[in-house]
Amino acid sequence: MDTREKDIEKLKDYKYGFTTDIENIKSPKGLNEDVIKFISNIKKEPKWMLEFRLKAYRRLKLLKEPNWQKPKYPKIDYQDLYYYSAPKSMKDKPKSLDELDPKLLETYKKLGIPLQEQARLNGIAVDAVFDSVSVATTFKGELTKHGIIFCSMSEAIQKHPELVKKYLGSVIPVTDHFFATLNSAVFTDGSFVYIPEGVKCPMELSTYFRINASETGQFERTLIIADKGSYVSYLEGCTAPMRDENQLHAANVELIALDDAEIKYSTVQNWYPGDENGKGGIYNFVTKRGLCKGTNSKISWTQVETGSAITWKYPSCILKGDNSIGEFYSIAITNNHQKADTGTKMIHLGKNTKSKIISKGISAGFSDMTYRGLVDINSKAKNSSNYTQCDSLLMGNKCGAHTVPYIKNKNFESNIAHEATTSKISEEQLHYCQQRGLNPEEAVGLIVNGFCKEVLQQLPMEFAVEAQKLVGISLEGSVG
Amino acid sequence: MNEQLQLDFDKIVKTLKISENEIRSKKIFLKKFIDNGFPNRKQENWKFLDISQIIKKKIIDLSFFYDYSLPNKIDPTIFVDGLEHNKIIFINGRIEKIDFSYEDKNQIEINDEIGKNFILNYENSLIDLNNAFTNKVFKILVKKNYSLKKPLIIYHSTNDKIKSKNINLSLNFELEENSSMRLIDYFIDNTDTSFVNILYNFNLKRYSILKNYKLDKFRNNNLKYSFNNIEQDDNSISETFIMSAGSDYFKNELNCNLNGEYSSAFINGVFSLKENQQHEIRSTINHLVENTKSYQLIKSVLGKNSKSVYQGRIFVNSKAQKTDGYQLSKAILLDETSEFNAKPELEIYADDVKCSHGSASGSLNEDSIFYLMSRGLSYQQSKELLINGFLLDVVEKITDPEIKNLIKSIIGLKE
Repeated sequence: MDTREKDIEKLKDYKYGFTTDIENIKSPKGLNEDVIKFISNIKKEPKWMLEFRLKAYRRLKLLKEPNWQKPKYPKIDYQDLYYYSAPKSMKDKPKSLDELDPKLLETYKKLGIPLQEQARLNGIAVDAVFDSVSVATTFKGELTKHGIIFCSMSEAIQKHPELVKKYLGSVIPVTDHFFATLNSAVFTDGSFVYIPEGVKCPMELSTYFRINASETGQFERTLIIADKGSYVSYLEGCTAPMRDENQLHAANVELIALDDAEIKYSTVQNWYPGDENGKGGIYNFVTKRGLCKGTNSKISWTQVETGSAITWKYPSCILKGDNSIGEFYSIAITNNHQKADTGTKMIHLGKNTKSKIISKGISAGFSDMTYRGLVDINSKAKNSSNYTQCDSLLMGNKCGAHTVPYIKNKNFESNIAHEATTSKISEEQLHYCQQRGLNPEEAVGLIVNGFCKEVLQQLPMEFAVEAQKLVGISLEGSVG
Repeated sequence: MNEQLQLDFDKIVKTLKISENEIRSKKIFLKKFIDNGFPNRKQENWKFLDISQIIKKKIIDLSFFYDYSLPNKIDPTIFVDGLEHNKIIFINGRIEKIDFSYEDKNQIEINDEIGKNFILNYENSLIDLNNAFTNKVFKILVKKNYSLKKPLIIYHSTNDKIKSKNINLSLNFELEENSSMRLIDYFIDNTDTSFVNILYNFNLKRYSILKNYKLDKFRNNNLKYSFNNIEQDDNSISETFIMSAGSDYFKNELNCNLNGEYSSAFINGVFSLKENQQHEIRSTINHLVENTKSYQLIKSVLGKNSKSVYQGRIFVNSKAQKTDGYQLSKAILLDETSEFNAKPELEIYADDVKCSHGSASGSLNEDSIFYLMSRGLSYQQSKELLINGFLLDVVEKITDPEIKNLIKSIIGLKE
């Protein structure tokens, strides 16, 4: 097989594995105060923002990288990374989409992101983050009409400093754990959403993340604020090119729901998982946290995790307002040498708070999957309840599936119920499907989709179809 | 504390008649313990209840010395009535009596094995402490095809000679092929604020059966830690029942290695706690080969200011296909100050397995109370009836009818 054929062969496995040759501006390698000043300077940030970053950096110097997770990884040399990488043509921000680098637009076309205004047909507003910089936001007109702010983080820092100042770091403070603090110090861009009082966002908001340049870490920051009585559904998709070295992705996502507001956050995460021998791939160490600040507020996380060499994240809800609701629906699939340690935290502080956790883990090949979750009902959280269900499916005896729930109940009027099972696909079900003419892989796909149904149902239409396909693709070659 | 440890250690060694070699091995354990100290919340295993803090708070001037050369008087009133049994009596951590009068003397061997510390290789500084300070290690061997006719009751009692002491004791059991033993650990304390550290090792050969009942029922202010290590060959069965209600602090830790096919382990536990009691059960079941089985049921009833913790871990090796593992923990919280923590953990590397766990906690069901009250019971009676029913469920799991009745009468549960 010549190299070209090999390349094509590779692409079949991971269809987003192309790189785009676009000239990049990079910060100097390494992590120090000068690099942070460089980032802040190139983004023309106000002084308070630089202060925020420096405060985080000083704190970071005192922190140690955590080491309690199940999947271990070789030590990351934080001085050997580029903390800022932007497509060169971004230096003078284009006024409209037509001015964008055509190569960039092509990249997005390959990804299937409807960047152009024709996207209107799909009715999804998109903010695309390329390496670390937000490239374009579509559908601005329609959203502005409702008073919704949907823009890149850098733009929000310039144009809406009062909102950013008030909420940035209010859910994930700069004093948080190592990776969150690292992000606070060096984050480059991300999405910002503000839904004004009483507005139901008329369309799904969506972000695509892509890591393109090599030796860069991606540190984006997302902040979503739903004001009183508002509603928003937000989608996030991620891809990265295939590279032999491991790349770090340490994003922070903060959600804030005020009185009667609802935020639905869906992720289809398809970072490059490394090849079948476990070489390369993304380290996905993301901090996602939602705060139900107001009464009757609701935050719901839905995630489909199929990519990344190592996934290590716990989208959490802090249920502070009375009667608030937190939900977590997750499918995590690991194949080959992928490793995942994921789950959620539900922290009940307010009265009558409710939370629900549905987690489905599937491991195949040589992979290792851990569900780790915390349910903590505070002594003041009267009449609260939690229901947790975490099921694992194993394919083959080279992989592992683990469940590590932490359950703390300090309130006698509250109830916690937890269930977990681990099993394999039943021979009878497989036999039944094959008898009806499905080949073994199709049969497994069908059964797995059934296993995941409860979570897939939670995804918005367009995403559900994509996710269903992804589930099938991720498990290819794991049967037999 | 370290100086105190060293001084007490030297004093103890002087009273014991042991060889240079033994002293050297004890010194290694002492050094390990001095290096690590009492476990604290930084260790995952001690996250929920931090023993170093609890000891600091409850025991002032903890001392590690006790003169084991002086005998204590046995108080016969502590003996269990209505059940003929063999006895091992510990008073203040000193073995006062070993009595197997109901058994065939040729079928049981008892040896003092202080020289051969059975070394358990766990990262656990309390085991190091135990190995460093134990004054006697008896090995009790039950020979092939012999079943003990009567249960063995081990009395753990303290008298007023000790206060603020650390007591360490350990026993080693071996059950040869096709033998069986029923073992009751019975705790009666007359003094308070001591820290008792118990280490048992069980070696179960093929087709042997061990039933261990730990009864900590009478209210006392002592702190206790017990570690059971159980090694199981094929077709062996271990059954452990834990009644955790008396001491201020009690942590029962069980490590069970299912090394042989068709071996099985059962753990049932009851917490019934009141003011300021903090108890914990932590179990680790290692399914290492095919066709092994484990079952765990833990129930808690928690009164004012009490806290119970259940940490259960099922580990399934990649070779251990056809494993059947089950864990269930339930808790009733009676007061706004009670707290229940659970960490039911599954770690699975084989695919053809059936493993599940469940955990539920909450208050007493008001509807059930209403139902009973509408039938003429008072509020208090209804509550008691419901709680008894809840706990009886676990006691009913005991497979030995004689001991089941004994336990029912001890804890005052009626059918």
